[in-house]
Amino acid sequence: MISVATLTVMLLALLVFSSLIIFNVVAVSALNSIQEKIDISVYFKTTAPEDEILRIKQSLEGLNEVKNVNYVSRDRALEIFKEKHASDAAITQAVNELETNPLEASLNIKANDPGNYSVIASYLNNDSLKDYVDKVSYAQNQVVIDRLASIINVSRQAGVGLTAILAIVAVLVVFNTILLAIYSNRESIEIMRLVGASNMFIRGPYIIEGIIYGTISATLCMAILFPVVYFISPYVKIFIPDMNLLSYFTSHFFQLFAYQLLFGVGIGIISSFIAIRRYLRI
Amino acid sequence: MINFQDVSKDYGSYQALINANFKIMPQEFVSIVGRSGAGKSTVIKLLIGEEKPTSGRITFGHYDVGKLKVNQLPQLRRHIGTIFQDFKLLPTKNVYENVAFALEVAGKPEKEINDLVKEVLDIVDLGPKANNFVHELSGGEKQRVAIARAMVNRPDVIVADEPTGNLDPFNTSSIINLLTKINELGTTIILATHNKDIVNQLGRRVILVENGRVARDEEKGKYSL
Repeated sequence: MISVATLTVMLLALLVFSSLIIFNVVAVSALNSIQEKIDISVYFKTTAPEDEILRIKQSLEGLNEVKNVNYVSRDRALEIFKEKHASDAAITQAVNELETNPLEASLNIKANDPGNYSVIASYLNNDSLKDYVDKVSYAQNQVVIDRLASIINVSRQAGVGLTAILAIVAVLVVFNTILLAIYSNRESIEIMRLVGASNMFIRGPYIIEGIIYGTISATLCMAILFPVVYFISPYVKIFIPDMNLLSYFTSHFFQLFAYQLLFGVGIGIISSFIAIRRYLRI
Repeated sequence: MINFQDVSKDYGSYQALINANFKIMPQEFVSIVGRSGAGKSTVIKLLIGEEKPTSGRITFGHYDVGKLKVNQLPQLRRHIGTIFQDFKLLPTKNVYENVAFALEVAGKPEKEINDLVKEVLDIVDLGPKANNFVHELSGGEKQRVAIARAMVNRPDVIVADEPTGNLDPFNTSSIINLLTKINELGTTIILATHNKDIVNQLGRRVILVENGRVARDEEKGKYSL
């Protein structure tokens, strides 16, 4: 006899557990997609000679931490500026009236790992480059990234905590269910003992009962998750364009299901064992 | 085969059995008699390993019963058939299945189970009722099913704890006759009872337990108060 209350609690624990997994995936990809947009820009003084800038570019490319370096010359910077404001007559006119190009040449640097930006920044702030470098734009982005990372971290910890609490509740409820099953079968258990049934023979059905609860609730959980993911996937895409939650879910369906089975069956077996150890005196 | 050496059993401050000493040889038919609460059931519980002695040593064949671990008890119990006053049959199984159960738990093959169960049901005269459920049987029939189950895995000993307690005189004597017959086939029988008539009619060895002590142990004994 399957207990609905037991299944519900196990299902709840599994739902939180799998939400945690999915949240993790979304959070990591959100972080990645933001980090992807980060770079360091070094602006050179207008007096810096171009071959000096190119020499710095080359030396930057020689660094292990650097993924790629993009050079924007003063002329190119001006072109970009003009293109950007082509529709604004006042700015276009003002720019055309200038005798010299006021814009600075710059290098856009992307690092292999966001943690490396501080290394690159400190390299650029080196005294030997002081004569050429006007400013290094880096510090502002870092604050935002760190904050996002810490928000994700805290939410993840909260998720782990909630999963743990629900897992304990699920263990207790399954434990209680198995306990009742043992109680209502106490006569046949006694008879089994008297005729010399091995301990595994007596315990087996209760462990299997725990496994059944785990399997059913894992299956139900996937059945509930699928439509939910299907529904929220477009919304996630708005926030993180690179993230297709639905295709992640479908491509990792069996992996997720396996995790849930492991978790659910684990809870089932653990609680069966506790119930058996405490109440099945053989 | 069975040896109780200075065995005592306390339940808290209550002494259920005090320094019991006796031996039971193979193929003996021993009656353990005494009033209710005298310690008969304690002897049986100690023998099948359901309780551990507070002190002393109980051996059964090569088993040191008091020292057996939980996972070794099933092995011991397959050498001992047990019969109780309340039959202890499974209500959800029929007669055949109740008897076959004792073999299934020991992992015997289907074919062997089939043959053995039929043979044993014939011995207890229940062949035609093999497919009946327990609630369709009379008290005497129920106890015969229990006896069939106790003997089906060919145990060395059958322990019967007040097997006739719930039966009328007619069924009582048929059960006792059955036990005598099983004993003649070579199985040791230990019968715990407070029924004086049975014991006196049997004329076999009698161990009298009084207030937790073995008061008398006589070959061809009588049960007199």
